Amino acid sequence: MAHTLDRRPAESGTPAAARTRPGRRFRQTAGRQHHAGPLTYVLLVAAAFVSLFPLYWNVVAASHTGERVVEAPAPLLPGNRLLDNLSFAWNQVDMGEALINTTIVASLVSLSTVLFSTLAGFAFAKLPFRGRGMLLSLVVATMTIPPQLSVIPLYQIITDLGWFDQLQSVVLPSLVAAFGVFFMRQFLVEALPMELVEAARMDGAHSLRIIWHVVFPVARPAMAVLGMLVFVQSWNDFFWPFIALTPDGNPTLQVALAGLGAGNHTVDHAVVLTGALISTVPLLLVFAFLGKHIVGGITAGAVKS
Amino acid sequence: MATSVRAKPDGSPPPAAPPSSPGPRGRRSSSGGWRSTLYRWDIKAIPYVFVAPFFLTFAAFGLFPLIYTGWLSLHRVELGGDPTWKGLENYTDLATSEFFWNALVNTFTIGVISTVPQLLMALGLAHLLNYKLRGRGFLRVAILAPYATSIAAATLVFAQLFNTDYGMINGFLGWFGFDPVNWESSKWPAQIAISVIVTWRWTGYNALIYLAAMQAVPQDLYEAASLDGASRWRQFVSVTIPSIRPTILFTIIVSTIGATQLFGEPMLFGGSVGISGGSGNQFQTLSLLMYEKGWVTGALGQASAIAWVMLLLLLIVGGVQALVSRHNRKKLGG
Repeated sequence: MAHTLDRRPAESGTPAAARTRPGRRFRQTAGRQHHAGPLTYVLLVAAAFVSLFPLYWNVVAASHTGERVVEAPAPLLPGNRLLDNLSFAWNQVDMGEALINTTIVASLVSLSTVLFSTLAGFAFAKLPFRGRGMLLSLVVATMTIPPQLSVIPLYQIITDLGWFDQLQSVVLPSLVAAFGVFFMRQFLVEALPMELVEAARMDGAHSLRIIWHVVFPVARPAMAVLGMLVFVQSWNDFFWPFIALTPDGNPTLQVALAGLGAGNHTVDHAVVLTGALISTVPLLLVFAFLGKHIVGGITAGAVKS
Repeated sequence: MATSVRAKPDGSPPPAAPPSSPGPRGRRSSSGGWRSTLYRWDIKAIPYVFVAPFFLTFAAFGLFPLIYTGWLSLHRVELGGDPTWKGLENYTDLATSEFFWNALVNTFTIGVISTVPQLLMALGLAHLLNYKLRGRGFLRVAILAPYATSIAAATLVFAQLFNTDYGMINGFLGWFGFDPVNWESSKWPAQIAISVIVTWRWTGYNALIYLAAMQAVPQDLYEAASLDGASRWRQFVSVTIPSIRPTILFTIIVSTIGATQLFGEPMLFGGSVGISGGSGNQFQTLSLLMYEKGWVTGALGQASAIAWVMLLLLLIVGGVQALVSRHNRKKLGG
């Protein structure tokens, strides 16, 4: 994967203006200017429909009784039980607590990942030090290690520490991620002129001041994007939380949902799907309001990697 | 400026450099040793301080467990018990276990039928989104929306849509005169259903990645191609695809890694028999088998061996892809 490290799309003929503002690059290079024909619209609208329909149907199912959801033909229009199901999911199966837990975990993980990734990304992008190249390759290499390889000892560690079913067992291993370090490094290589750092040093600023007054202001757009991506990922994370937490103790939304869906108790499918809705809606709202920025962020991150 | 020269009480020679460019470093080293030491320490050590959080976290929660898993895989370990040496027995047991081979094949087939259509569709969608469009912003966000859902939420919704008796997908197939498909207990339909969930969640995400890469393709390449009389399709195949080859390779790697680790979708799709991957293990993946061995059976040593086999598989895949990309680069003369 090393060959993708220094690939810069700007080299391929993007105007210089775009190169100096990496965050905007993708909108300025508008690509091919062919107008779309009717078939393009038909296909894209169909794709949008397929993307959105399961989400719509989730709302429909969450607004019916459990009996109605499992009757053929399945309901296509919303019913009038949404509030009942919501209050049941909130009070009886405690999705409310899971929502709070998930918010805490995702916020802590994204804040710390953004902070530490920016520091490390800055070091890898702009500070000379011994072993820099090798350490950066190591960061990239760790991205390919599957989480399955660590869960058994991790499980033993958190059990020994008495952290089983405690939120810190999910937060601590995710304090910083290789993806974040790499993402910030790629951004800062282009976006932060070396002259700024050198000028600050000439003025006698120590590294922490440089971080605060030079790096953070320049990196802010990338930090926001990284924060959103990590938040989404942490919100939706399943494998390790499922092992470290229990549905009846301190679950995140995903763990609580797994508990609802696994069918230990009599399954009310309307309640299960109301739970799914509770876990999806906050992120969908974020997407609806910040959609453009998230789209830009994903594409920016992807092109750079 | 002459005053400053005269003011030196220790009689040291006046600075040789013109006073208009005082080196801050030089001034500091003459005025106070501790400041310059601090400064040098700042320069030398701070990069390591900045990268330390990543490496410490990785060492504690990534590298150490990775190695320890390898050590465990050579032992018989029960939950809570002391490990006893077993050598490579856990691995040789895997080689003769039909559950392992079943899970390995399932991981591979589900991986192929979810990754290949997903990336092909993403490529097509990206191409369409790259046209000048009305409602472009809405279409992009709509196509990305599945990315906002979690594995758990998406799987629970699709489990209802795929239900054999009342699910909407069988209802839809019924309009065209198809018999209801047994999406959960027949092998291929179950694997297809799981792949649909994976594909649904990730196609839009990959499409946006491709779109970004396509927009960085120089416009003149297309102009030259259309002057040569190349059709739109021809341009797509001969200009777009080769230009975004690194991005395609990147998405192949990422989705292959994801497919190797498939866990939540089959588990939740299977409901009460999810952990064993369906009533006849027809969609048990390696991750599920590992979980079952470790947390249901309590055989942590065997579970560790499965985890290490997964790493081995990824290394093989990574090696093959590195070879392929090197070969491609040679062919392109780059």
